[in-house]
Amino acid sequence: MSADALHRLRRQAHAAYVIAKKDAIIYYLKPPVISFGIVFPLFFYLAFAAGRSVPTGTMVPGIVAMALFFTASAIGPLVTPWERQARTFERLVTSPASLEAILCGDVLAGMAFGALLSLVPLLLGICLAAHVANAGCLSLGITLGALAFSAMGVLMAAPPTNAPSQIMMLSSLVRLPLIFISGVFVPHADMPAWGQWLSPLSPLSYSADLIRVGFGGAAYFPVPLDIAALIGFAALFLATARFIHRVTRDKAR
Amino acid sequence: MSAEPIIEAEGLTRHYGQRVAVDHIGFSISRGEVFGFLGPNGAGKSTTVRMLTGYIPPTSGTARVAGCDIVAEPVSARQHIGVVPEEASAYADLSVWQNIMLMGELHSVPRRRRTERGAELTELFALADRHNQKGRDLSKGLRQRLMLCMALVSDPEILFLDEPTTGLDVASSHVIRDIVTRMNRERDMTVFVTTHNIEEAGDLCHRVGIIDQGRLVAIDTPQALRGSIDARRSVEVRFADRMVVISDLIDTNAEIVRLADGFRIYTAQPGRLAQEVATRATNRGIEIASLNTLTPSLEEVFLHITARAGAPAPGRVRADVG
Repeated sequence: MSADALHRLRRQAHAAYVIAKKDAIIYYLKPPVISFGIVFPLFFYLAFAAGRSVPTGTMVPGIVAMALFFTASAIGPLVTPWERQARTFERLVTSPASLEAILCGDVLAGMAFGALLSLVPLLLGICLAAHVANAGCLSLGITLGALAFSAMGVLMAAPPTNAPSQIMMLSSLVRLPLIFISGVFVPHADMPAWGQWLSPLSPLSYSADLIRVGFGGAAYFPVPLDIAALIGFAALFLATARFIHRVTRDKAR
Repeated sequence: MSAEPIIEAEGLTRHYGQRVAVDHIGFSISRGEVFGFLGPNGAGKSTTVRMLTGYIPPTSGTARVAGCDIVAEPVSARQHIGVVPEEASAYADLSVWQNIMLMGELHSVPRRRRTERGAELTELFALADRHNQKGRDLSKGLRQRLMLCMALVSDPEILFLDEPTTGLDVASSHVIRDIVTRMNRERDMTVFVTTHNIEEAGDLCHRVGIIDQGRLVAIDTPQALRGSIDARRSVEVRFADRMVVISDLIDTNAEIVRLADGFRIYTAQPGRLAQEVATRATNRGIEIASLNTLTPSLEEVFLHITARAGAPAPGRVRADVG
């Protein structure tokens, strides 16, 4: 790589960091967002697990995976529609940040928010006697999961609309079914055949699998497959988001 | 101002579906020039700015901004520009200072430089005591000043202003015009400004381009444009006696417009007509209060070029001869 290309890459990496910082201040670091990010997945999981005598070793990885999934993908779908509505997206696009840097910045913010907030149930779980058996898998499950989920959120934000409510609908429509096929509530082994067939299509399956292994549970997929799948999903989501933005930019007014 | 071109457009075209918004326009703008882009609503002004600033790609044709091709190297081109889009778009949840610093960081301006420049700009635009005020709490005029600070924090070579004073009060418009002129003079900054305010363009711009239905129909200095339409040159005459019948004094089919206290007569040869009016008035013992030959206003040039010259200008009534 030439020195010039490296210089340009560093500038774009810096622009992505600046955009992530801006997203964090404007969209993420708000008390309602933070409390919603923790409380909603916890209650959602407890509503399902209550009275079913779910063992701690199953419950804690489930709650951590759910918190990660909900928080990392919660705000990303709304950032671009909000910015289109407020006409700040135009300002970003006419700045020296490339489209790729803008998308990476949005992903980075969601990823950091998801990973940080998932530490809350994680630490609570450890306090409640859950044992971390494989810190490497646990870290990878959280980090790569946050990356894939945040990229999914950014993909949902790509269709050209300045009405956040439309994206909220799409977001719920996509995210809720993914939870039920990911082995978070129902172990893969207990799923019907169609569920087991659909499960590999959800990035949450791989992240939850790694987190489960981290807490000493059994892996459903091979660990290298979990890692490769999460990286692959993140790349696919980002590439598709970039493609949609490029196409809609060509039609923009 | 140097002769070196800093913006060059060639065959720049933009389609929206079947509609051609900008149709093969080409122009060259020199470094340090203030260039005004005029046109009726929907003529293609904002679309041209959006193409030049990289917000939308051209359907065909190309342009070079600060030596960078806007299609092949849009990010490099944007490194050299500051943009004030048509509608204020500062971040409502960020403070004045955070908004300015955000743009400085996106332009990779070193921390020390952007802090100094931010302080200078907030001082210049009278926002120094509002550093911590959120974007949402600013009035339209103050928000527009903030937008200019955001555009200028990186010391751009080219400043794009899309309708910068539309909807602003006189004081805010004046501040913005003053500072833009100063930046151009002191920093040799090139300014590309679209505006509806024709007189503002006449005062501010070294050259003006007029776009109509997507086509660039005229481009020249405001003076040359005024001189380019002989038919809109005129003689303005006021008599001591307001009851004078003007048709008694001239042998012409020229268009005559009654003013509040006199007449304006449009002619390609205002000097000859003025002499004729003066001679006949003297012969008939009519006292002339004032007699002037006038070149057309930029507004008249604009209306003429955009095929609306037939519409009477505001404040005037087309008079019957006599």
